[in-house]
Amino acid sequence: MPRRRTLALAAIGSVAGLFSGLFGVGGGIVMVPLLVLWLSYGEREAAGTSLAAIVVIATAAALTHGAYGNVRLTEGLLVGLPAVGGVLAGTWLQQRIEPRTVRLLFAGLLVLTAGELILG
Amino acid sequence: MIAAAIIGLVAGIAAGLLGIGGGALFVPALVLLLDLPQVDAEATSLLAIIPVALVGAAQQHRYGNVRLRDGLLVGALAVPAAALGVVVVNAVPERAIEVAFAGLLLFVAAQLVQGARAVNE
Repeated sequence: MPRRRTLALAAIGSVAGLFSGLFGVGGGIVMVPLLVLWLSYGEREAAGTSLAAIVVIATAAALTHGAYGNVRLTEGLLVGLPAVGGVLAGTWLQQRIEPRTVRLLFAGLLVLTAGELILG
Repeated sequence: MIAAAIIGLVAGIAAGLLGIGGGALFVPALVLLLDLPQVDAEATSLLAIIPVALVGAAQQHRYGNVRLRDGLLVGALAVPAAALGVVVVNAVPERAIEVAFAGLLLFVAAQLVQGARAVNE
């Protein structure tokens, strides 16, 4: 693996990890576009690879929060269990629509999230 | 409660479609619908993300879309920063971080739209 590529992956991981810890997200919102824009990933590969990284990142961040006593199991299951059903549907759907559409949907997600953050 | 479960379902669909964890929807649902404090909502969101990402990654792997070595490398290299982020969020007010993050997202969105237009031409 070329050194530059490894450095890019390290940078993507560091930024994603920081956002994950700061905002309670997986970090996919930064990993997916960076994998596409920096490392020329296709939209589907970026999504799949991002999800694999999120397993590791969210586990580490949740454990750290656990040490502070912030994690609520019941509420986590209430939103998380329906989401597991949703992710099966979403992944299935993603294989059947144009990668360009996925990309534009992702841009829409970024704008919505930014608006939500600014408006609080 | 039902509304929170529905938002969970929508977050999962977005997670599968876009390769995210769903936290951008989990956190507001936990704060606004289940009355969790912001930091607890973030912690709980991270817990909910784990099974979502695990199932999503397994499905994507079946479709041949996971570059496992890259994914694990990015994940492993993210761990110190993730832990640092959690420590910071437990220590400081979040408003400045939120606004800075919003600005970055708008920039990335512009890059993606520009790139999609270039692909189209």
